[in-house]
Amino acid sequence: MPAVCFYFQVHQPMRIKHYRLFDIGVDRDYFGERGEGNLNNERVLRKVANKCYLPANRLLLSLLHRHPEFKVSFSLSGVFLDAARQYLPELIFSFQQLVETGRVELLAETYYHSLSFLYSTDEFRQQVEKHRRLIEELFGVKPRVFRNTELIYNNEIAREAESLGFEALLAEGADHILEWRSPNFLYRPVGGRAIKILLKNYRLSDDLAFRFGERSWKEYPLTASKFAEWLTGHNGSSDVINLFMDYETFGEHQWEETGIFEFLVALPGELLSRRDNFFVTPGEAAARWEPVGELDVPHYVSWADIERDLSAWQSNEMQRKALESLYALEGAVLARQDLALLEDWRRLQTSDHFYYMCTKWFADGDVHKYFNPYESPYDAFISYMNVLHDMRLRLREAERRDEHHIAIKRPAAERQ
Amino acid sequence: MRVLMFGWEFPPFNSGGLGTACLGLTRALARLGVDVLFVLPKKLALDVDHCKILFADPSLTLLSFNSLLVPYISAEEYVQLRGKGAGRWSHSLQEEVVRYALLSRDIARNEHFDVIHAHDWLSFMAGIEAKRVSGKPLVVHVHATEFDRVGPGPISQFVYEVERRGMDEADWVIAVSEFTKRIIVDRYRVPERKIQVVHNGVDESDYLKETATPEVVKRLKDEGNSIVLFVGRITLQKGPDYFVRVAERILEFEPNVYFVIAGSGDMEGKIIEEVARLRLTDRFIFTGFLRGDDLHKVYRAADVYIMPSVSEPFGIAPLEAITHGVPTLISREAGVAEVLTHTLRVDFWDIDEMANKVVALLRHPELRKTLCLHAREELKRINWNEAAKKCVMLYNEL
Repeated sequence: MPAVCFYFQVHQPMRIKHYRLFDIGVDRDYFGERGEGNLNNERVLRKVANKCYLPANRLLLSLLHRHPEFKVSFSLSGVFLDAARQYLPELIFSFQQLVETGRVELLAETYYHSLSFLYSTDEFRQQVEKHRRLIEELFGVKPRVFRNTELIYNNEIAREAESLGFEALLAEGADHILEWRSPNFLYRPVGGRAIKILLKNYRLSDDLAFRFGERSWKEYPLTASKFAEWLTGHNGSSDVINLFMDYETFGEHQWEETGIFEFLVALPGELLSRRDNFFVTPGEAAARWEPVGELDVPHYVSWADIERDLSAWQSNEMQRKALESLYALEGAVLARQDLALLEDWRRLQTSDHFYYMCTKWFADGDVHKYFNPYESPYDAFISYMNVLHDMRLRLREAERRDEHHIAIKRPAAERQ
Repeated sequence: MRVLMFGWEFPPFNSGGLGTACLGLTRALARLGVDVLFVLPKKLALDVDHCKILFADPSLTLLSFNSLLVPYISAEEYVQLRGKGAGRWSHSLQEEVVRYALLSRDIARNEHFDVIHAHDWLSFMAGIEAKRVSGKPLVVHVHATEFDRVGPGPISQFVYEVERRGMDEADWVIAVSEFTKRIIVDRYRVPERKIQVVHNGVDESDYLKETATPEVVKRLKDEGNSIVLFVGRITLQKGPDYFVRVAERILEFEPNVYFVIAGSGDMEGKIIEEVARLRLTDRFIFTGFLRGDDLHKVYRAADVYIMPSVSEPFGIAPLEAITHGVPTLISREAGVAEVLTHTLRVDFWDIDEMANKVVALLRHPELRKTLCLHAREELKRINWNEAAKKCVMLYNEL
């Protein structure tokens, strides 16, 4: 009796505009591109909302009404929710409607969709907490399951998630961590007490996320009944099949013309019409099944690229330099207690900034290029480093202001 | 397979990229077992019409014939070079091109070959005549057109006519880039199906020699200065004036930079004056035209290479810079950008963006290293063997 667990990631970064040498010290609006291009965050959000978020939400809502057994889960990044609140409040409303059905679970993550776990545990905890508060404020629910940015996972992250009180967390069901084992069961991390791991079934997930509209694929066209047949085939040999993917799969990565929406409309009915199939959310899965084994993952895995490691964000010297320079500012930024400065520094932590600097396969024009709003990884790095330069100027200015402040206050104090 | 090839220049007697390209291509053709008989107009000390220079490699024969057709020459320059009433030379550039064409007939009659391959307009008429005499097919290879050379200025109708006739009479037209192919289609009305793009390459082995940094440059670098390099003819097409303007902008932000111009050309005086007017003379080094080891040394010393060309059908120099481990910034439109992705790109007129990028390169060694690392990897695929293979395929289709 295989259950199906749908999880969709919803995220949009605040992209840095083309920020030049001449803007340093002059322009503090790093994310405020207003032009026609793909660096205009409002424009991108509206585009993706019209192609994907809004129609897909409408569709899911009608499916939830039609099939009382249907369930899905989301993680909505804090930066995405902030942008939606600012530019497109009806988008928040449409997610609220889904959550109100009681059959849509929201997961926890770092507010800024960041790599903070790799650099600063304190910052990581702050961001998870900040995200938890936002989800509670907007949706009135408390996430119980955690997913780290881009499914970055290892033993330590599991321990950390457990110490933060989560019942389960998601990870990539990569072959090299599973070896002969199946992703369709729950596992226990090494050193964990009660926390459980749900693993993405990457073959079936990627059939939808990457291959669905590919005409050269031997399974093209993939119909809902065929896919339901594949899932049902796991009957008896699986607990839960985890289909984890970007929500943008629907209408943005796989265009409407591929028939992805028709597929989604038909899938729950096709699944439910076959014996023993049902849906669960990650939290329900964790409550329902016990782990079948222990998973030891000392090295990081993620769901990015064929390497499924950290190389999408950390494989070249530019990326490492940018990350180091950013986190080197942590102490100074926090010491300032300047909310605008803190917010900018945190927005600069979003993993996408480093993804855009990735040079793996750049020349081959693959997915990195498709997702890159900059002309090249080098252009992404240049704008980013110019912004960091300006951040350092702001910190120095603030320090000087404080010194000045103290200097003029002291004589007054002495007079008393 | 034997190819009768007409060119303008051949190293070490070259003043630009055409000679480098001809050497690279003929060597790679030789490696594929193609014999090349290379004909070259050249002012020889000897009072003979032409002579055969045999190379150690028996598959390449260089045939020089006495002429004043130096590469990149203009009609005015020709008259200057000829001097007053110099007895044996033609009266004008036009007549000399015709004389080259007439002499090529003798060669075409006396030599055995299967295909004629002519590089750029000075040799097109020779190619046409050789075809007429021998009946062998003609391939014309366009490295640059008159439109690239004169920029927005008026073109020479004579040169244009020669180029057009060459392309008309050719059985194949080779363009060094898609950029050039578009010009050939739009401006010369050559049907697309007759044009093949064959990108230039680079022979990395040529540039890997260890060389010492020139003493003067070494001292500058030891004192903490960076070097930004321009290599190319100092002529409108190559954008040397933009190089000077970007230097001025860069120095506002990074004062410890020296700018090296390696090359010579018709705008040299103008550029030197402009540098003086901006009071940047102490920041500029003009090396004149360099070749061989001298050029390698300058590349090796550079931190950043810029090619701000206004019009660049291909542009081999950035590839040379990469072989020396120098990161590159090139005009967006340059033909080489069709094969080289690991480079920074700008619009040649966008001085601010150019400065933005150069300063980033100077400030961030990580940016320089990442660019070079990937560009060198990419360069392995941009080599003359690929170009030669495409040429042989075209020869075989004739």
